[in-house]
Amino acid sequence: MAEITGTTWTCYDSNTMTQAEIYGRVLTELGEKDPRVVGVTADLANSTKIGVFGKAFPDRLFNVGIAEQNLFGVAAGLAKSGLIPFASTFAAFASMRAAEQVRTDICYQNLPVKIIATHAGVAFGQAGTTHHCLEDIAIMRAFPNMTVIVPADGIETANAVRASMDIPGPVYIRVGRGFEPKFHASEDYGFRVGKAQRFREGTDLTIIACGIAVLQAAEAAKLLAASDGLSIRVVNMHTIKPIDREEVLAAIRETRRILTVEEHSVIGGLGGAVADVIAESGKGCAFSKLGFNDEFSVVGYPEDLYSHYRLDANGIADAVRAIMGRDFEEDESWEDEV
Amino acid sequence: MALTNEEKAAFAQTARQLRLDIIDTTVWAGGAHLGGALSMVEMLVILYWKYLKIDPQRPDWDERDRLVVSKGHAGVGIAPALALRGYFPKEELKSFNHFMSPFGMHLDAAKVRGVDLSTGSLGHGLPMSVGLALGARLQKKDWKTFCILGDGECDEGSVWEAAMSAAHFRLDNLVVMVDRNGLMIDGRTEDVMGLEPFEDKWKAFGFLTRKVDGHDYDELSSAIDFALSKPGKPVAIIAETVKGKGVDFMEGQVKWHYGSVDSVLEAKAKASIEAGASDKGRNHG
Repeated sequence: MAEITGTTWTCYDSNTMTQAEIYGRVLTELGEKDPRVVGVTADLANSTKIGVFGKAFPDRLFNVGIAEQNLFGVAAGLAKSGLIPFASTFAAFASMRAAEQVRTDICYQNLPVKIIATHAGVAFGQAGTTHHCLEDIAIMRAFPNMTVIVPADGIETANAVRASMDIPGPVYIRVGRGFEPKFHASEDYGFRVGKAQRFREGTDLTIIACGIAVLQAAEAAKLLAASDGLSIRVVNMHTIKPIDREEVLAAIRETRRILTVEEHSVIGGLGGAVADVIAESGKGCAFSKLGFNDEFSVVGYPEDLYSHYRLDANGIADAVRAIMGRDFEEDESWEDEV
Repeated sequence: MALTNEEKAAFAQTARQLRLDIIDTTVWAGGAHLGGALSMVEMLVILYWKYLKIDPQRPDWDERDRLVVSKGHAGVGIAPALALRGYFPKEELKSFNHFMSPFGMHLDAAKVRGVDLSTGSLGHGLPMSVGLALGARLQKKDWKTFCILGDGECDEGSVWEAAMSAAHFRLDNLVVMVDRNGLMIDGRTEDVMGLEPFEDKWKAFGFLTRKVDGHDYDELSSAIDFALSKPGKPVAIIAETVKGKGVDFMEGQVKWHYGSVDSVLEAKAKASIEAGASDKGRNHG
């Protein structure tokens, strides 16, 4: 395993460690720097890799057993005692089994609990629908005080975990199972919570993506340039809340076509957040959301599911082509309505 | 240490005043969870006026003991107790339940001085208390966490998740007090969803237990002294109480879980409290 120096993550690190392992290592690093950092989990210390932190600080990792309501209540109490708890479990349980504890114990009281929700989307595809989670972004972004981050890969997870320390309130960081391919070459690309990363410039259409979809969107843009001669902008919207409104407005203004892509229901997630900005802007824009269409996902290995649900580069490219062929009302005057 | 007669007389006087203040607050609020507020008055008095290490002038004092009233609907009991204890003037309670008031029927810790955690949704207080107690121990702090649960609330599974973890982590800096008034909204706890053998449940979950008359200061005091003696396990004090205690026409009445009082009932309630006569036996489930 790569030697972690504390500040810089390299391509090598992310190739040799899973997303979740990187998270565990970053948390350990934070724990060394700040004695207030503690971990809490519910019998998933190993699966969520928070166990890495527990090995370094056995007295600072609390495993409450298979009891997610208690997990988040305990995390709230730990935070209220002056600590900064990182609570880790599967996304399905964090966002649904314990939704009310997250809302009432943590968000309502604006406590600095950092939730690392793993196995989100269909990352644990073979486990079946009980362990898939396609609703959590919608749920979490509805809670006042909550910041919602969906990192594109392990390196961005490292950045997000570190950045969460500077946010005084609760943070929800949504990651996969840990075997997702890397997107970023290194940690130094100017990650800032609430500020989208414009990964690729383009003028015909903007793909706004989060999580595993960012890499696929970038691949799709390359493919579309080569095969269709299209100029596609790619935006990594890693922070769903607060959403980077300026970046969405720029996409409306400059490309007039937007496609959102996410490993989540098309209801209430990234697509919903972007749709809000578009609708409030009062500007015409061809718009489509690619994700799970209000349906329960089927069983399968994640790669098979990503292609089945058209979240791979080919699926995204097809969705882009569909929008390119669509009419929408041209409106040359941007300033009149905003 | 045994309570002196002077202490007990002072507690009784404070309890009487608190009950009167609860009635006043109910009038101002337009209605309140009277039954469960009145049943826990002696617990609040002995905690706020004897056991809790607190300073009303410094509600955020780091070394203070924490009290989590998990039965958050008893806000109409807690807020007047905090006022009487000196956290804020009783006058402020006149806004209770009204537009933009800091006081609603379930108290908001961000708005009410002296409230450590916001409660209201049942089954949330004990998990948060376990977190507080773990946090105190990790940070080598001496302060204690007290958690008052309602008995009906113990239908919630999260209470038992938390109980299991309190015992597992051997949190003897956590004191659980259950207001066992035997009634809930829809009737007797044993009719709606049986809790008995209640004390045995706590024992089976790894707690040391004390069953006391929740209106008797000597019994409460000796149980709390025991809980604070670092017995190596968390302690659950099952405080058997009478719902609506102190107001004769509310005592043991399911319908007074929540209610409002007009001027006639207000006068009757206050007369009953002043008379202090009501001394029906404790609830026996």
